Amino acid sequence: MAIEGAELVKAAAFIGAGLAMGLGAIGPGVGEGFVGGKACEAIGRKPEEAGLLTRTMLVAQAVSESTGIYSLVVALLLLFVV
Amino acid sequence: MPFDIQTIVSIASYGGAGVCMGLGAIGAAMGVGYTGGLANQALSQKPEASGTIVKNMLIGQAIAESAAIFALVIAVLLIYLSPPVTNLLTASALGAAGLCMGFGAIGSGLGSGFPAGEVCLAIVRQPAISGRLTTNMLIGSAVCQTPAIFAMVVALMLMFLDVNNLSVNPTWAALLGAGLSTGLAAIGSGFGGGLAGGSSVSGIARQPETFGKVTTIMLVGQAVSQTPAIFGLLISFILMFKIFPETTSIAAPMALLGAGLCMGFGGIGPGVGNGFTAQSAVKWVARNVEASGILTRVMLVGQAVSQSTAIYAMVVSLVLIFVV
Repeated sequence: MAIEGAELVKAAAFIGAGLAMGLGAIGPGVGEGFVGGKACEAIGRKPEEAGLLTRTMLVAQAVSESTGIYSLVVALLLLFVV
Repeated sequence: MPFDIQTIVSIASYGGAGVCMGLGAIGAAMGVGYTGGLANQALSQKPEASGTIVKNMLIGQAIAESAAIFALVIAVLLIYLSPPVTNLLTASALGAAGLCMGFGAIGSGLGSGFPAGEVCLAIVRQPAISGRLTTNMLIGSAVCQTPAIFAMVVALMLMFLDVNNLSVNPTWAALLGAGLSTGLAAIGSGFGGGLAGGSSVSGIARQPETFGKVTTIMLVGQAVSQTPAIFGLLISFILMFKIFPETTSIAAPMALLGAGLCMGFGGIGPGVGNGFTAQSAVKWVARNVEASGILTRVMLVGQAVSQSTAIYAMVVSLVLIFVV
């Protein structure tokens, strides 16, 4: 069967979208979990600071999340725009 | 020279068997080795407890080894099963079964090694409650094995799937994606569950009276760590059982393969990350049991945020399967 150029580009975009989101999810997942772990450790030591520590944890996780969101944006661009 | 279908199916099933056992041996060997190392450390500290320590080491190693035994079973089945061959989909299904079980055994084998190793050191600290420590280790290790069991279930379903009436072109990629999705996603969940199990055993050795609370938070933390593997299983089931219309395009199979890879890789990180959070939370519930309520809540919030990237990966996979 003859494969046209546009077909091939679409195929590459689909597999690229899958790989972008899949591989891009590894880092934020590990990083956010690490932050969560350290926050639990700190709360275990000083439970009275739980509010501050939870807020800080969420801010740090949000920053760590950003690369996951870049992956999501790139995946959606590859799926729907390219 | 042209190959007939039977030759290609044989290549896929023998290649799949090799990959399955080769990858499947990685995690279990490391987990068993870690257990043996900590057992030696424990023996050097308390040689007179050698009977209990060696017994616990062997029990823990047997559980860690089971992930590799699942891989061995699937590899042997792939070599000797020779199913009836009607079309090329059998080749894809058998190759995917091998990949699924091979990747799926890595995390569980490695993860089960952590509680098994910690129990040896824990017995040095608290020889009087070795029974409780063994029980806790068994619970933790058993939960670690679930991702490998998911992978075995998917591998067996792929091997016995009836592919007679399915369309060859997009379905070959769907089956390959189904295997990769569960197999890869199981790596993180198995490893993460092991981290939580390990700190639970060492925490109970430190404060034996916290047994109930520590076991509870360990199970909650491990359950959340297993969710990426369950997302992977869900995507695998959709890819295996959805009927795809025959097409000549190359874009449709690549979308399905991309869906499997996306959920598979996307499950690794959150599984490991949830495990890190659960590890610290369990450790500190044992040390500061009054804070167990707030620690459980913060652990669940932290794990939920870590989980978000697995959810993005699942969304992108579902879009690849159903929308494009």
